[in-house]
Amino acid sequence: MQLEQLYQDIILDHYKKPRGRGLREPYGAQVRHVNPTCGDEIDLRVHVVGDTVADVSYEGMGCSISQASASVLHELMVGRTVTEAMSIVDSFTEMIGGRAEPDEDTIGDGVAFAGVAKYPARVKCALLAWMAFKDASVQAGGS
Amino acid sequence: MTASPTVIPPGMPQYDVPALDVDKVRADFPILDREVNGHRLVYLDSGNTSQKPRQVLDVMREHFELHNGNVARSVHTLGTEATAAYEGARQKVAAFIGAPSADEVVFTKNATEAINLVAYSFLNATVGGGDPRFRLGPGDEIVVSEMEHHSNIVPWQLLCERTGATLRWFGITDQFRLDESTLDELVNERTRLVSLVLASNILGTVNATSRIRQRVREVGALFMLDASQAVPHRPVNVVDYDVDFLAFTGHKMCGPTGIGVLYGRRELLEAMPPFLGGGSMIETVRMTGSTYMPPPARFEAGTPPIVEAVGLGAAVDYLSGLGMDSIAWYEKQLTVYALEALASVPGLRIFGPHMAVGRGGTISFDLDGVHPHDVGQVLDAQGVQVRVGHHCARPVCARFGVPAMTRVSLYLYNTTEDIDVLVRGLEKVRGVFS
Repeated sequence: MQLEQLYQDIILDHYKKPRGRGLREPYGAQVRHVNPTCGDEIDLRVHVVGDTVADVSYEGMGCSISQASASVLHELMVGRTVTEAMSIVDSFTEMIGGRAEPDEDTIGDGVAFAGVAKYPARVKCALLAWMAFKDASVQAGGS
Repeated sequence: MTASPTVIPPGMPQYDVPALDVDKVRADFPILDREVNGHRLVYLDSGNTSQKPRQVLDVMREHFELHNGNVARSVHTLGTEATAAYEGARQKVAAFIGAPSADEVVFTKNATEAINLVAYSFLNATVGGGDPRFRLGPGDEIVVSEMEHHSNIVPWQLLCERTGATLRWFGITDQFRLDESTLDELVNERTRLVSLVLASNILGTVNATSRIRQRVREVGALFMLDASQAVPHRPVNVVDYDVDFLAFTGHKMCGPTGIGVLYGRRELLEAMPPFLGGGSMIETVRMTGSTYMPPPARFEAGTPPIVEAVGLGAAVDYLSGLGMDSIAWYEKQLTVYALEALASVPGLRIFGPHMAVGRGGTISFDLDGVHPHDVGQVLDAQGVQVRVGHHCARPVCARFGVPAMTRVSLYLYNTTEDIDVLVRGLEKVRGVFS
């Protein structure tokens, strides 16, 4: 059934046990992004060392999709080069927008969010942390 | 589990009004026959927008098919018929809210525009040296409440920023009522306008206005009600409420979108400067300046939403035919049932009065910390349509310490069976996220 395609076990697992949650020092930039239609908020920090994403830390309120996607983002990005990270963001965004097939090699657990593409009202939830990350990375001077 | 049906003892006032035949009502709403995600549609989002009965749809179709012409400017037959239909709708709306004259009913795009029209009257009078009742400056105060929809907050914030006036507000008590304990200080000789929500779109609270209105009169301020969530559900009479302005919208009361209403007392509308400029609102236009029509035409620039107004008139006929007293009592019984049923759901916390007294059929809640988006998604998979989020009343969410709420809003076509389906759906939500 459709609902189970949306709420995959990977998503519920990340939601119940978020990875990398909490705001940490040091960081190069911090941003706050909000979803004005539902009031979801995320504060996200990016720490870049040289050309590498050394940490992504975050705190926020939101639904399972937005919280789980922040957790997956943290897992995927830490240790990547900024260039790689931006390419992952692009792949994830394309998939959520229904413009590309899920590619597990690139976005790992992010493929669990492929079902979101069928729910236009939830696309913003899935992308909230990712857009915040993109914004913060640019501000951190990492690109 | 399901709550037992509430039995109302004989002798209660609802026996004075005809009982609503909900099966007959439901047969008037074609959309209720459709399925959503393989389930019977259970529409619990009428506070957002109501569904439309066939009677309204038929009148609008017939207007386009037989009477379509522009209003207030044509000598031909179609134009005359269209004008008669448009002005006829104004008279129906005026009668529906007990307005002494149809000239006190201004058609707008929605309730938001109706409120903005009043806010801009203050701004325009302030800038243009208009009637002193509408001129504002530093030291003047506008009063709203923490319970307002954003549409009764933001226009006043903008007005105060632009004029130097101060915006103040009533708080909300822990019992989800307006906090009137500060009334005498809050509404004072500096107060120029008090604008309050009559029925909250999020808490369901129906505000008692007489004490506040009395104080407003004492200090010589103006009094406005946002009745968007009240007019569709209960009898609202502008003389009984003794308001200067009243705003509401068509699409929440079985009418179409794109049509709202501002009721204004004649002497005030006459003192207000024009709002939007253009055709229909003018008397004479010269290149050096223009003169303007009296109200309501002064505030209806351009071709108005004609068929939408006609549709609203049909909605008023439909509701009046059933009887607003009957609708109000039916919804009250349904609200009693819903409050009992929701109280039986483990981990569910209602934000709003827990008794069906001084409240309408709008019930917001939190379920065990499961985010409302997720609640709404799982319910939707079972055909149940509820609203989730901050409901354009973010200060209310902040007041009660939650980012969002799930909201059920009942209307005349809902049944106890709808509420049973909702309660079963909430059990499913708990199953997914526990």
